Amino acid sequence: MTIALGNPDRPNSYIGRSVPRPNAGKLVAGAGRYVDDVVLPRMVHVAFLRSPHARARIEAIDVTAALEVPGVIRVFTGADIAEACTPWVAVLAHLKGLKSAPQHAVAVDHATWVGEPVAAVVADSRAAAEDGLAAIEASFDPLPVVVDMRSALDAGTPLIHPELGDNLTFQRLHEKGEIDAVFASAHKVVEARFKTGRHTGVCLEPRSILADYSRSEGQLTVYHSTQAPHMMQTVFAKHLDLPEAKVRVICGDVGGSYGIKVHVYPDEVATAAIAKIMGRPVKFVADRLESFASDIHARDHEIDGRIAVDETGRILALDIDDLTGIGPYSVYPRTSAIEGNQVVNLCGGPYDFQTYRARTTVVLQNKAPTCQYRAVGHPIATAVTEGLVDMAAEALGLDPVEIRRRNLVPDDAYPYTSAANMRFEGLSHHASLDKLLAMIDYDALRADQAEARKRGVHRGIGFASFIELTNPSPFMYGIGGARISAQDGCTVRMDPDGSVVAMSGVTEQGQGTEGMLAQIVAEGVGVPVSKVRIITGDTQTTPYGGGTWASRGAGIGGEAALQAGLALRENILVIAASMLQASPDALDVADGQVVDKATREARMPLEELGRIVYFRGDTLAKGLPRELVATRHYITSDYPFAFTNGVQASYLEVDVETGFIKLLKHWCVEDCGRVINPMLVDEQIRGGIVQGIGGALYEECVYDGEGQLLNANMADYLVPMAAEMPDMIIGHVETPTRESLLGAKGAGEAGTAGAPAAIMNAINDALRPLNARVTQMPFTPERILTALGTIPH
Amino acid sequence: MTAPFSQSVEISLKVNGERVRRMVDARRHLIDFLRLDLGLTGSHAGCEQGVCGACTVRVDGTIVRGCLTLAAQLDGADVWTVEGVTETGEIADLQDEFVARNALQCGYCTPGMLLTAAELLNADAAPARAHIREHISGNYCRCTGYEAIVDAIEATTARRCGMPVPALKEAAE
Amino acid sequence: MKPSPIGYVRATSLAHALDLLAEGDGEEKVLAGGQSLVASLNLRLIESPNLIDINGLDELRGIGVEGDVVRIGALTRHCELMASDVVARHVPILREAAPLIAHAAIRTRGTIGGSIANADPAAELPACVVALDATIVLASKAGGERRVKAAEFFLGLFETDRRDDELLIAIEVPTIKPGERQSIRELVRRSGDYALAGLALAGPADAPRLVFFGVGDAPVVAGNAMAVLAGGGSIDEAALALEGDLDPADDINGSAGYKKHISRVLLKRALSVDRQFEAA
Repeated sequence: MTIALGNPDRPNSYIGRSVPRPNAGKLVAGAGRYVDDVVLPRMVHVAFLRSPHARARIEAIDVTAALEVPGVIRVFTGADIAEACTPWVAVLAHLKGLKSAPQHAVAVDHATWVGEPVAAVVADSRAAAEDGLAAIEASFDPLPVVVDMRSALDAGTPLIHPELGDNLTFQRLHEKGEIDAVFASAHKVVEARFKTGRHTGVCLEPRSILADYSRSEGQLTVYHSTQAPHMMQTVFAKHLDLPEAKVRVICGDVGGSYGIKVHVYPDEVATAAIAKIMGRPVKFVADRLESFASDIHARDHEIDGRIAVDETGRILALDIDDLTGIGPYSVYPRTSAIEGNQVVNLCGGPYDFQTYRARTTVVLQNKAPTCQYRAVGHPIATAVTEGLVDMAAEALGLDPVEIRRRNLVPDDAYPYTSAANMRFEGLSHHASLDKLLAMIDYDALRADQAEARKRGVHRGIGFASFIELTNPSPFMYGIGGARISAQDGCTVRMDPDGSVVAMSGVTEQGQGTEGMLAQIVAEGVGVPVSKVRIITGDTQTTPYGGGTWASRGAGIGGEAALQAGLALRENILVIAASMLQASPDALDVADGQVVDKATREARMPLEELGRIVYFRGDTLAKGLPRELVATRHYITSDYPFAFTNGVQASYLEVDVETGFIKLLKHWCVEDCGRVINPMLVDEQIRGGIVQGIGGALYEECVYDGEGQLLNANMADYLVPMAAEMPDMIIGHVETPTRESLLGAKGAGEAGTAGAPAAIMNAINDALRPLNARVTQMPFTPERILTALGTIPH
Repeated sequence: MTAPFSQSVEISLKVNGERVRRMVDARRHLIDFLRLDLGLTGSHAGCEQGVCGACTVRVDGTIVRGCLTLAAQLDGADVWTVEGVTETGEIADLQDEFVARNALQCGYCTPGMLLTAAELLNADAAPARAHIREHISGNYCRCTGYEAIVDAIEATTARRCGMPVPALKEAAE
Repeated sequence: MKPSPIGYVRATSLAHALDLLAEGDGEEKVLAGGQSLVASLNLRLIESPNLIDINGLDELRGIGVEGDVVRIGALTRHCELMASDVVARHVPILREAAPLIAHAAIRTRGTIGGSIANADPAAELPACVVALDATIVLASKAGGERRVKAAEFFLGLFETDRRDDELLIAIEVPTIKPGERQSIRELVRRSGDYALAGLALAGPADAPRLVFFGVGDAPVVAGNAMAVLAGGGSIDEAALALEGDLDPADDINGSAGYKKHISRVLLKRALSVDRQFEAA
């Protein structure tokens, strides 16, 4: 069965419409159910003592006094936890040479970053558990720290894990073409060093877990704020020595994640281990301070980039040398080499050139571990690429739009393989740029800029074309040995009242997964969207799947839901045809009714069909299939990833006396293939842009030379707030993937991928008459003034 | 005077219009009191430092940070949470606009955001967008980028003032 | 984080509060608006304190004019400063400063007395009261009322002249006179943040008192710059003279050099705007 999604007048046309999310109503009523809202009988709370040193030998942990604190029930050291929980090593076979050390849920012998758990106190309340922490007498032997990634590989630098032999965890060099020759003979070569600030996700709901172990059933049930319940099921089973079938992960409402909650965290695994040891429910909810110190960080990169262009502005080659520090461990199980690997994969991605060299060097350091965070590697690669393209344009006297026009991969050139060997099925860089220029009214904007400059007001326009990797196949993780499903499934069931329940392996963290699925299932089956209930986030009831990350929910989970919905419709029509003595081909389901396909005349409501099937099956023909449940799975296979594309523009004003930046407006045109719900997609883009703005202007985990995180609180770590954010205009070009009927690619990371580059280029456009340039994020007022020479470097 | 300081305090107050009497730990802040003692889990603690605004609730007619208010201080107070104002229907129009414009994603900031926004609803004139942004500038939302929230508040205030209501945003086609 | 165990008592009168302070061990914390104190408790920056809650003391509320002095009760909330006609007419800088303090839900609880007694060097109100040459009124059981000039009240980082047995009960501020002006401006990364640097200015239009905040351990009176203005010097000369007034420290919000630079910018902007538009 198929469906004409391109025809807006088709029946049941929910796909493509801005339908409000069905789960929004409970959230505005304060009736969401997040992990911390769940209370179980005999529940206890755990809090963790965290290393105050970036690198230290743990000499002794005396828990005697802590055990005397009112409310404290038990105290666990690393050795205690290690008896119930095996350590892990986060490597992937396809990332050749990647190495990491065994990591314990609670540190044993050595602490390697400020914030690493070194002991756990279980008490009858969180407050009492913290009282217990305060009473632990822990002694450490502080060791020399590794904080500067530039010197992490130097001969005199201490080894964080001596057994690894060095502090290098991964290196990859990609070369295509005669790079040195091209650079040697190029008309112009421009180069720059870029830095992206180490930052973190700051989910408003902190990481949260409630683990309950039933000894009589041998069953671990985990309420978890996570993006990947099935992956966590595997992890808990493996490291707590339980059969996978005896682990159930339930994921209710999740208060934001953005990649932060797709990783394995030592304190969360320790919580589950303690539940197993104690045989009772144990809750851990990170507070804000420990969130900053123990959530994964990301984007700690320094990149040297060079671009070679000819006289006409054609890009000839790109040469990228990326260095990133990932903390003391590669993060389990996705590893911390992916971000650097993405920088190699994505630099230059929008452009038509074939000579490319890129190297990433991934080193260990005594800071919080880094791992995949929204738009993994994209903001870095886009900033470097777009920064270099703008600099090349400046060197050639070209308008930034013109150099992009001359170099973006032509819209009719697909399929296209990039210099990084990424395969693109179909992108729309030029159509997107055209649309963006119309939206921003480029000429008027330049005129406004010129007029402002006459008044001494420095405004800038910045562009950023980008690609986004979505819908990953097993080539992302599975091929490397990680038990992370690239396939996803959906089971759709019709109940006697004609309503439909759909269970999906992808998960909801606020982006609208359940709304999107409800629309697709409603259209697939042919019922009003109000008749569809969605169930996600329960390993015991949903089809096995990967969850929601890498912008895979709509493209993969959505296609499985569409196919399952259509399959259920076929099953319904077989039964209806028998009841109505018609051919299934002559019937259809629309708006909850079996209808005549040709005339659209209603023949029978679905609740009547349900009544007969479930309660008067005796009246149906013997042997008639009566399956009102259908399950379908989907996995991408033609391409390892479904790439999307887009372009952003920023208009801003720089106060050159103070270095302050005022964002005036922001635009994005993006192409995520089939848009299922325009409103939800636009809101993904807007939220993503603001997260990108955070990285560009505000957010940075500031460490001192001893590895102390200096701004581990929300007053000092600056996140974007409403007053400073611009209004954002979003537009779309739709190039559906032909791999699936739905045609959807991902949309969750495009905003974050492009925004920092657009902001950077806009700042530099504003500063250009003053011969100043910034390339180090975040672009703080002080860095602006330093670039201007107003204050000394 | 002997030991005037107590570690637990009896308080009588009204929460969402209902009388409540409890012994509370002096160290318990209002959000933990609401969540743990009364089961009102709609209010959230996001930073416990007064910065993020997730804990914003209404005490004696004005919004406060629930994490910076001790329950012990609230003897005789009149406290309203998102559950209460939902029940009375006081902000039903605002909640409808939040849903219609997708002014929430994960929903964790939403209760605090709604109570903060509610202070603007009974103004004589519809506030400008910049004023709305300033008013909610103490409420952190990581998901939306704020624009839809501003839209929803703008639409609700406009409707209450009898002004034209801005249309739902559609992508530039 | 959750606070460590707390002792709590609700003061029922000013005399009761002063008794409690007099009979305590000096470690008691006065709970007014609590907007800094409770955050510190939550972070366990203060271990197991005893709190004296003064929020029930009506005698510490209210804003009144007596002659050419405005008396502001210590428990006056920031939102009340914003709403007060008396403040707007007689001490406009406080009307201007109050909305700069944090956010709406903080201003409903935070008090002027609490802000001044807390003496956060980046806070607005301490700088304002120094610029206004205000008087801080303290009371104790042993000594009755004691008046301290604001400029002498702030001793350092979160450190004031308040004695352990004293309660800050009011602030007395001279009313603005013809020919005087008052203004405050600051640079914040985000609305409501503590200032990277700020300037409170009050007094004779041609030579106001200049008090910076966020650039030292306490409000900084820019004596050299003030002398330049008093001597008829130019704005640029006053800005240059700040070099001798300000000695900020490097911190995560900015280097000393940056803070000094933006302080000069603030001064120039404040004076040039004020000279055009803001003379009373």
